[in-house]
Amino acid sequence: MFSKLKRSAGKLAMALALCLGLTSTASAIELTMYYPVAVGGALTKIVDGLVADFMKQNPDIKVNAIYAGNYNDARIKALAALQSGEPAQTSVMFSIDIYELIEQGAIVSFDDVVKTAEDKAWLNSFYPALMENGKTQGKTWGIPFQRSTIVMYYNKDAFRAAGLDPENPPATWDEMVAAGKKLTKKSGGNVEQWGAMIPSTGYPYWMFGALAMQNDQTLMNGDGNVTYFDAPATVEALQYWKDLGETHGIMPSGTIEWGTLRQNFLEGKTAIMWHSTGNLTTVKDNAKFDFGVAMLPAKKRRGTPTGGGNFYIFKKSSAEEKAASLKLIKFLTQPEQTAEWSIKTGYLATGPAAYATDALKAYVKEFPPAAVARDQLEFATAELSTYQTGRVRKLLDDAIQATLTGSKSPAEALGDAQKQADKLLKKYR
Amino acid sequence: MNCRITRLHIYGWLLLMPAAIFLIAFTYYPTAATLVKSLFSQGTALKPSKFVGLENFGYLLDDEVFWKVAWNNVIYAAGTIPISIALALLMAIWVNGRLPMKSLARMSYFTPTILPMIAVANIWLFFYTPDIGLLDQVTREFGFASHNWLGDPDTVLGCIIVITIWKEAGFFMIFYLAALQTLPPELEEAAHLEGASRWYYFRRVMFPLLMPTTLFVLINAIINSFKLVDHLFILTKGGPDNASSLLLYYIYEVAFSFLDQAYASTLTVVLLTVLALIAVGQFFFLDKRVHYR
Repeated sequence: MFSKLKRSAGKLAMALALCLGLTSTASAIELTMYYPVAVGGALTKIVDGLVADFMKQNPDIKVNAIYAGNYNDARIKALAALQSGEPAQTSVMFSIDIYELIEQGAIVSFDDVVKTAEDKAWLNSFYPALMENGKTQGKTWGIPFQRSTIVMYYNKDAFRAAGLDPENPPATWDEMVAAGKKLTKKSGGNVEQWGAMIPSTGYPYWMFGALAMQNDQTLMNGDGNVTYFDAPATVEALQYWKDLGETHGIMPSGTIEWGTLRQNFLEGKTAIMWHSTGNLTTVKDNAKFDFGVAMLPAKKRRGTPTGGGNFYIFKKSSAEEKAASLKLIKFLTQPEQTAEWSIKTGYLATGPAAYATDALKAYVKEFPPAAVARDQLEFATAELSTYQTGRVRKLLDDAIQATLTGSKSPAEALGDAQKQADKLLKKYR
Repeated sequence: MNCRITRLHIYGWLLLMPAAIFLIAFTYYPTAATLVKSLFSQGTALKPSKFVGLENFGYLLDDEVFWKVAWNNVIYAAGTIPISIALALLMAIWVNGRLPMKSLARMSYFTPTILPMIAVANIWLFFYTPDIGLLDQVTREFGFASHNWLGDPDTVLGCIIVITIWKEAGFFMIFYLAALQTLPPELEEAAHLEGASRWYYFRRVMFPLLMPTTLFVLINAIINSFKLVDHLFILTKGGPDNASSLLLYYIYEVAFSFLDQAYASTLTVVLLTVLALIAVGQFFFLDKRVHYR
């Protein structure tokens, strides 16, 4: 009993000492940063490593990098911390949270924080497509960090077996249907191998953003207060998605599960899948067949939305803290760091300078699929993001799923979604 | 004398205090706060929250998703509660009898209960996957075409119900098993001597004696049918087109994905009211018909 008491007293003393130790170094600036991880793996270690490097270079700044779950969790935690009066100074959050964060008055624009000409040049050093989700009202609010696009993974062995050229994946919608018909293998009433699969749970609006863009139609305006769900080109894009399953029979009808799609591809149940670049490393490690990665096919043009997380700086921080946050973000987005991050995770490197580094050049040479996402950036557009973004996104998700499961026609489903989105967004115009 | 009574009062309140503090902090205060919040609009930095009366409830009446989700929840409750209770009773009687390797049978029935729901959902996700899933592989042996179980609005809720029954039946079995072991064996012997059939004994003796347990299990099952939504996060996220969404999951979505806590509070008030009505009904009407020894 007594020894137990003594032990806990010892622990208490140690904890106290730790606290004191912390406060004694608190003369330096202390930053708290939340960051999410959306794809599994040892990403937290990589972030911790990058942050440790930063602190070595800047001994007067102490950074607490806190892993905060997925994108949704990270936003909830950061906003809760903000309300409780113990805010973080900077965070990585979903790029499409921008309007929500502005509406909550949570973030400042980078234009208000940068001072020198060098800083301003840095703001322009990223791929423009990756900046789209970070800019509104003529200002930059988010700096790209962990970003991805959708790419087409295809099974080269299946292509060879079907008499298709494995080095020449479908580049248009029609080619994809034609190839898909050759790739779909049936035995009796059962399909042994599907031509293609586009996931329609989890993030249907994201996949749909690609189809719409390929039909030369964006889903919303740059101010985030108008959606184009019922535009003829949008309806046509959804019709094509539905037809893949219903008319052409190269994709299962109904919705296709995001979470099990990769397994379907790895087991050869589908010859083509559309998925995030974030899966590249896992597919590379697990595919027992020869696979290729290509840009998504085109209707009127090529297109894909970008995805992923941006850096934000919070309003509720002192001028020194903001400057220190900027320093941290600048460090983490330097070409060398970005290149390292991209190689280790499969995420895009965010600027052309990173792809010019020796490390990334060598990696791309050894593993060319790593460059597909970058090359596709030229055709990329912003991910669906508006005011009331959660609700608007769900309206589109429901419309897509209602169409794919056959309970509504594309025009009807998208018309309903547009009407409700208009109702939600009216007050922001 | 007066002083003594006051001291008794203080003593009594002090004894109540620990429980009262926790109840107030984690039950009554949040309930009251939810109720208040449901009468205000959702505030933002630009537009602070203001009193709107019953406007949120008006919005709720017009909200198609709410009605769909509420109806789903009724089906979900009607599908899970009777079957899981019947199955639990059956399993309990089965493993209570003379059975070789009795503990193994009991353990295997109870295993689903100890698995975390998220892990369970991940396993079942691959059972239901078209073509490569276990379910499709089995049905294919019998010549059925593959089916997109979770991607079809007609089957998805059924799939969710099956998982819930599988998960809950073992848990309820434990209560029945415990109750069965308190039944005096003389009753069965007497019934046997009188020539009662096993079905007659079950219907007229065993089942009435198990009624208190059944009531307890029933209350739990009803609460769970509103509470158990963990698997939706992994399996369907409420889709396709809200076909498998349940009330609590919708509340989560509104609160944390739409960041609309005012409307989430409104939905919570509805959920609380429904649960309160059910609880009142159970205690005042059903309780009278239950035989306690």
